[in-house]
Amino acid sequence: MNFDFSDDQKYLKEQARKFLSEQSSMAVVRAVLNDEQKSHDAGLWKAIAEMGWLGAAIPEEFGGLGLGELELCVLAEEMGRSLAPVPWASTVYFFAEAIKIAGTDAQKSAILPKLAEGGVIGCVAASEGPGEPRAANLKTIFDGTSVTGMKVPVTDGDCATHALVLAKHQDGTSLVIVDLTGAGVESKAIKTFDPTRSHATLTFTKAPAQLLGEAGDGEALLQRIYDRAAVLLSFEQIGGSQACLDMATDYAKGRYAFSRQIGSFQAIKHKLADMYVALEIARSNAFYGAWALSSDAPELPLAAAAARIAACDAYYLASKENIQTHGGMGFTWEVDCHLYYRRSKLLAVQAGAPSLWKEKLVRRLEMRNAA
Amino acid sequence: MDFNDTPEEAAFRQRAQTFLAAHVQPRAGQTESLQKRLSDKEYMLAAKAYQKAKAENGFAGITWPKEQGGQGLAPIFSVIFGQEEGKFDAPAGPFTIGLGMCVPTVIAFATDAQKERHVGPALRGEEIWCQLFSEPSAGSDVAGLKTKAVRDGDDWVINGQKVWTSGAHYSDWGIVLVRTNADKAKHKGLSMFFIDMKSPGIEVRPIHQMSGGSNFNEVYFTDVRVSNSQMLGGEGNGWSVALVTLMNERLAVGGSPGPDYKEIFEWAKTMPGQDGGTLAEDQTFRQKVADWFVRAEGYKLAKFRTMTALSKGQTPGPESSIGKIITANQLQDITHNAMEAMDHFGIITDTAYAPSEGVFQQSHMWAAGLRIAGGTDEILKNIIAERILGLPGDVRVDKDVAFKDLPSGR
Repeated sequence: MNFDFSDDQKYLKEQARKFLSEQSSMAVVRAVLNDEQKSHDAGLWKAIAEMGWLGAAIPEEFGGLGLGELELCVLAEEMGRSLAPVPWASTVYFFAEAIKIAGTDAQKSAILPKLAEGGVIGCVAASEGPGEPRAANLKTIFDGTSVTGMKVPVTDGDCATHALVLAKHQDGTSLVIVDLTGAGVESKAIKTFDPTRSHATLTFTKAPAQLLGEAGDGEALLQRIYDRAAVLLSFEQIGGSQACLDMATDYAKGRYAFSRQIGSFQAIKHKLADMYVALEIARSNAFYGAWALSSDAPELPLAAAAARIAACDAYYLASKENIQTHGGMGFTWEVDCHLYYRRSKLLAVQAGAPSLWKEKLVRRLEMRNAA
Repeated sequence: MDFNDTPEEAAFRQRAQTFLAAHVQPRAGQTESLQKRLSDKEYMLAAKAYQKAKAENGFAGITWPKEQGGQGLAPIFSVIFGQEEGKFDAPAGPFTIGLGMCVPTVIAFATDAQKERHVGPALRGEEIWCQLFSEPSAGSDVAGLKTKAVRDGDDWVINGQKVWTSGAHYSDWGIVLVRTNADKAKHKGLSMFFIDMKSPGIEVRPIHQMSGGSNFNEVYFTDVRVSNSQMLGGEGNGWSVALVTLMNERLAVGGSPGPDYKEIFEWAKTMPGQDGGTLAEDQTFRQKVADWFVRAEGYKLAKFRTMTALSKGQTPGPESSIGKIITANQLQDITHNAMEAMDHFGIITDTAYAPSEGVFQQSHMWAAGLRIAGGTDEILKNIIAERILGLPGDVRVDKDVAFKDLPSGR
């Protein structure tokens, strides 16, 4: 039994934490929070690119470091812990992974080396309204060479250079790549629950687009991308949950009420123990997702769903009870609790909300049992 | 990252499988299990024979030192054997507490002559041990126990009552925690003895549980004499000895204690749902199945992580406390939902009418006890909070007060 990360991977994680505690301090996060014009921290983005992280899981022939998905998982956990205000998830988990699994060699050569250097910022433009994007509720159309339509909300849509767009095409949907610096693209920032990550509407008017993967395979391909991203997101969520638990634990030790540390009250202890248990369940499911992702196992769809659901649950619990443990202080702008509360919600609804994933999980369970 | 045994572990697992296949039957349904089929007496004989075979084949005392008759292996091998044994209907239950908790305490504190006398017979299944800690007024707060021992020459005389003692009615020996000095503070006036359960003055009475069955006992002590030489760890050191006993609690390695997501989901295909379809097609129900799956898998995978740590030579820590919190609550939740899904039929336990022969109803009763036995949810959460997260202990009102002066309610 070797159900753990290797010593090298743990070392990478340790280095990442050290690096991010300096480069993505709360001051850096808050600078993006407090400035509506600022989509992300460009300095941090550049620093991450210089560390090689953007290309960590990109093969060397396409300009990456050629490490595996497990290395990406440990980096994800630290990015989540630090609340890094950069378009990392959009670019790395969604866009780069999509090009890796479905791109032609030409697409890979054109995009991945630039992405690894920090010159390409990716995003996913699928949603047009509440609910899961499907052919039946999409209006955006791909005509074979260009897309027309409007997408909202697009995480990192106002700083991205490229978008993966889900559009109606022929009888179904296709996933297409749009260069957002080209013609026919209008991006407009919108306000969201988590201002530390920018969001936008993207309006396409005959914007040139190229097909990614098979025509008509859009939804299925997007799901494959989401399955992979779900595992990586779950590590971000674990990192964030752990940060909340650490923060609440520290506060419970230092804060006195009724002349004793509030952490000596069982009401607080049990709350924090519940957070710990939820986090352990999430971590264990995420580890399994990491194994399935890195070994391309047939278990990936089921493992990804479980990792995502457990991570959403854990982060929600940890972020809300962290506020509760801090009492009135927790509800202030100055204390960082709300930053995690915001991020936990973004990560839970991005790429499909937990209730959708629960139905997916059960369907996948039925398929596995039938097999 | 992989789920493979090391070559050494794989060889041990293979050896365990061969042994088990030769000595016990694969796990069968609830009604056909060995325990259900045999009389209590026959079951005990089968259990003793099985334990003897384990000892003869090198599967008893897997982690114990070789000089005590054990195998001197790392904890991971004990987990591996438990995993394989769990696939069989093996009559190992009567020995779990004795070999898991009592005898290791004897090994740690008894004289060489005493170890020589007791360890071998326990290992070979010739003698069974029980643990006498809990009392009617000392459950979660076990150090508040009142059973007292008074010195009389070379002996001590014990009076009082123990409760929730598994296997007291068939045990030959027990370790008993008693108060030897009520003038000292609570934790400081305790001492541990090992005692012959056939001693005059010991009376064992079964507890009638809310489930209707009787799996545990009350044990009454009336002027029971025990030699001073059978004190373990010295007078007044009972609490530290008890901690050693409790630290020896083995990692739970078995499967779930009752129906889990698999069973309820299979069963739901045969149950009517809300909109004319089956329960398995019901959206609300499916959302819950996903939650149960995530928790069951999470627990299973957390144990894999623990095994990984053990496999690398680490010792099990308080992290395993989360196991029972998850499984007991999940069992209660699943069986609750199954019974509600049956609508009015959910109340029936009569096997002629009850769906799945009443297994959900039966487990629903059992789940309530499981959340209490061997550490309540609340105590386990305290352990997580204090020993893992490092939160301060509760404010103590019993610390520097003589035990006899402490208030005691019911």
